[in-house]
Amino acid sequence: MRRKISSGHVAFRIIAYTVCLLLALLSIFPFVIMLINMTRSTPEIQGATLSLIPSTHFMDNIQILDGKSFNAIIGFKNSFIISASATLLTLYFSALTAHALIAYNWKMRKPFFTFIMAVMMIPAQITGIGFFQFMYKIGMTNNFLPLIIPAMAAPAGVFFMRQFMLASLPLDLLEAARIDGAHEFYTFNRIVLPLMKPALATQGIFAFVTSWNALFMPMVLLTSSANYTMPLMVQLLRGDIYKTEYGAVYLALTMTVLPLFIVYFSLSKYIIAGVALGGVKG
Amino acid sequence: MKLRRRKSISYAKYGYYFSIPFVVAFLFFALYPTIYTALLGFTNSKGIGNVNWQFLSDPFRNFNVILNNRSFRLSVINTLHIWIVNFIPQILLALLLTAWFTSPSIKLRGQGAFKVMFYLPNIITAASIAILFYALFGYPTGPVNYLLQKLGIVDAAVPFENLTSSARYIVAFIQFWMWYGYTMIILISGVLGINPQIFEAAEIDGATNAQTFFRITLPNLRTILLYVLVTSMIGGLNMFDIPKVMYNGGPDSATLTASVFIFNQAFAGSYLYARASAASMLVFIVIVCLSLVMFILMRDKDEHQQQKAQRALRRTQRKLRKSSGGAVA
Repeated sequence: MRRKISSGHVAFRIIAYTVCLLLALLSIFPFVIMLINMTRSTPEIQGATLSLIPSTHFMDNIQILDGKSFNAIIGFKNSFIISASATLLTLYFSALTAHALIAYNWKMRKPFFTFIMAVMMIPAQITGIGFFQFMYKIGMTNNFLPLIIPAMAAPAGVFFMRQFMLASLPLDLLEAARIDGAHEFYTFNRIVLPLMKPALATQGIFAFVTSWNALFMPMVLLTSSANYTMPLMVQLLRGDIYKTEYGAVYLALTMTVLPLFIVYFSLSKYIIAGVALGGVKG
Repeated sequence: MKLRRRKSISYAKYGYYFSIPFVVAFLFFALYPTIYTALLGFTNSKGIGNVNWQFLSDPFRNFNVILNNRSFRLSVINTLHIWIVNFIPQILLALLLTAWFTSPSIKLRGQGAFKVMFYLPNIITAASIAILFYALFGYPTGPVNYLLQKLGIVDAAVPFENLTSSARYIVAFIQFWMWYGYTMIILISGVLGINPQIFEAAEIDGATNAQTFFRITLPNLRTILLYVLVTSMIGGLNMFDIPKVMYNGGPDSATLTASVFIFNQAFAGSYLYARASAASMLVFIVIVCLSLVMFILMRDKDEHQQQKAQRALRRTQRKLRKSSGGAVA
């Protein structure tokens, strides 16, 4: 039966491969243009914006960027401090809260979990004005802490960790630790957390990238350019001083995209698997 | 039995202890700002750096003003327009790719690599993507204009950034481009979660690929499709990064989404915090309703799974009991 319709399958396959290859090209092509144009000068780009041959003006473009408002190093440093700290907080406290939900039989356990599921979908940016005024009152604007500390309460993180623990945390192990006289907190830190490594890694990637890419809250809270995160640096490239610096803009973009490229292509297997688990959001 | 119960009671307090950090952080950084925003909607709060405000004598004035505000109405229409134009092709393409990728008779190779490529745009900073596409659609020199001219589609360069008719579609296209890979991966994992025996039965019955897809795959994907729809709607209602960075809501308010409107009301111009809060709350109510749908959906699924697991456990216990003559209780 399979042989009979195989010619149809060949044609079908050709179509499927062509479409997939075109889509893959569509995904990568804008970035290819970016990578090539970052090596070209403004006159070259004005002559022909689309070229597949790199030029030699990479260093010139670096010099054009130097001393202007866009500063990739400061942006990178700020973003890294915020994202790394926020990720650590999300991971630790999501795991701890999930542990509370899994390992102990307490009265409020079910209502608490129901509550977490209920608030999981509500995006933080919708209540940004109240958050801003709250932070303004306590003098926390232009400070990284309001972008870091709230990561302690990540409902989606708790949900994800709980699902993972439900399947893979042997409760007998906790019992054994108790018999050996371990304190509950010690058991969580030394036995449960190491067991959660795969889930922590998956959740960690997404928490980090979400925090790294965030634009709304940093835009509201960080007004001094010394505190700008990478996305805030990027939006400066829309400014007039970059209007005709085509090559330099592409170079600046590359600086913001490259770290994510490296992370993505080295961890793509885990990232795709993480997305497939569904509902994994920072 | 008695002993075990006493034990679980004595450890129960750790459930509370370990939840405290989460609850405290949530109260301060999520619940309080939400209530605060809701309250601000009933006040006269405005002016940069001004945190003093009074409640209005007519508490719903801000809401009335917002609901009758032409820009807000336009922003809601824009948001829906951009979301629909991006979502319909997105879900159709994702479904088509899902059908191809999971079809046992096509056996597409290189699926892993394709998935990696399709998902790539989703992980890149949206602000960077906005600037990249702003450059790609640049005027008078931009790769898109260059291509259109070389192919003879247009005679002179198109000023995309001043063109109201195309701006919305460009933003919708970027959203589509960023999200179809994500949707596809979610749908594929949904298909893989369907009981393979159903597919086997269909094959034995001689179902064609198309029949299998429309009669078996799609109906079984209902829950996941609804999940994708609702999460995409919530995300779409919050669409901010691309329209803000790329065109700042312009040209001529063509890409002014609800979130961009709220931001520009509250954090630019005359800093109308109260009015922006009222607008936030209106969007918030819609999102809460959508979340509720999602919540009911997922809770049912979760409970269903638990019931299934419990039934399986009971079955195993029964079997064990039978085989060991009732020794295992």
